[in-house]
Amino acid sequence: MYIIVVGGGRLGYYLTKALLDEGHEVLIIEKDATISQDINNELGSVCLRGDGCEAMTLAQAGTNRADMLIAVTGEDEDNLVACQVAKYKFQVPRTIARVRNPKNESLFKQLGIDVAVSSTSIILEHIKHEVPTHPLMHLLTIQEKGLEIVEVTISPESTTVGKQVKELSLPPESILSLIIRKERKPTVPTSSTTLHEGDQIIAVTRPESVEALKSALTGS
Amino acid sequence: MKVVIMGCGRVGAQLATLLDKEGHQVTTLDVDAYSFRRLPPEFGGTALIGNGVDEEALKKAGIEEADAFVAVTQGDNRNVMASQIAKHIFKVPKVICRIYDPLRRDIYSLLGLEAISPTTVFAQMLKEKLEG
Repeated sequence: MYIIVVGGGRLGYYLTKALLDEGHEVLIIEKDATISQDINNELGSVCLRGDGCEAMTLAQAGTNRADMLIAVTGEDEDNLVACQVAKYKFQVPRTIARVRNPKNESLFKQLGIDVAVSSTSIILEHIKHEVPTHPLMHLLTIQEKGLEIVEVTISPESTTVGKQVKELSLPPESILSLIIRKERKPTVPTSSTTLHEGDQIIAVTRPESVEALKSALTGS
Repeated sequence: MKVVIMGCGRVGAQLATLLDKEGHQVTTLDVDAYSFRRLPPEFGGTALIGNGVDEEALKKAGIEEADAFVAVTQGDNRNVMASQIAKHIFKVPKVICRIYDPLRRDIYSLLGLEAISPTTVFAQMLKEKLEG
């Protein structure tokens, strides 16, 4: 794949290194002359000096034949514009933007960016994972299908402890796929499975039903 | 008319002053309070500190009831992003955006943004002056 990375900061640098190792053709676009020079010295001639938001620079970079553009500068607005120019002017099939403000994740998607990655949200999810009091965790988002895979933990306070799966009013299009119980093999729940305290339930649902699913499973 | 102007530089401040004098309800938004020195003492509108690429700041500036939004900060990309939020998220009826880079202006015009490139306009004006 031919991948263009906009922004030669730490993230852009290590991303490029990893992508090169995987055998992709990669080009970094970086404004700063010194940084651009350093990257070329270290990684071989992979860096083009210029503004990745400018159509002219993107044309030089051969963006029209790129399979993917990833914008990872430190500014959300620059990442948005680089991706939009790539998408609408050069018809790049897949654009990925880094966002710093987590609220921009949904905004960027509305504005046509294929994937918006918020490091803030990712770190927050990890923190929630470490804090056992949080009953719900997002494990994976399958954007193309509009699905979320989540994990819900049944706490001792959950009013659903002792209830059977068929007694729960799950939101539509939600499927409980796995129950992980202490000292037992993970099992696929059936309608007669009884919920126990400490159960970890892996479920598939729609993004808009995540909260409803959590309420149905924990009773809160 | 209710107008939100993002960026209180020379152009933003002058536009705010003109509209305010004509009796429009003006809110000017800038990340730097020092920029508001450009507004005259008799300015009757609102001056708010805030970043226009942040939906919350735009809401505080009254974007939800605004009839028009103008983005005139120094950053083309900031103007583009804020204008798209105003147009697509808050459905402001009239959105105007300054984009210095003529190529970027053309792209965003095609995407339906009303964008002006002072670079093109001024170069054209100078050329006409020279020829006239």
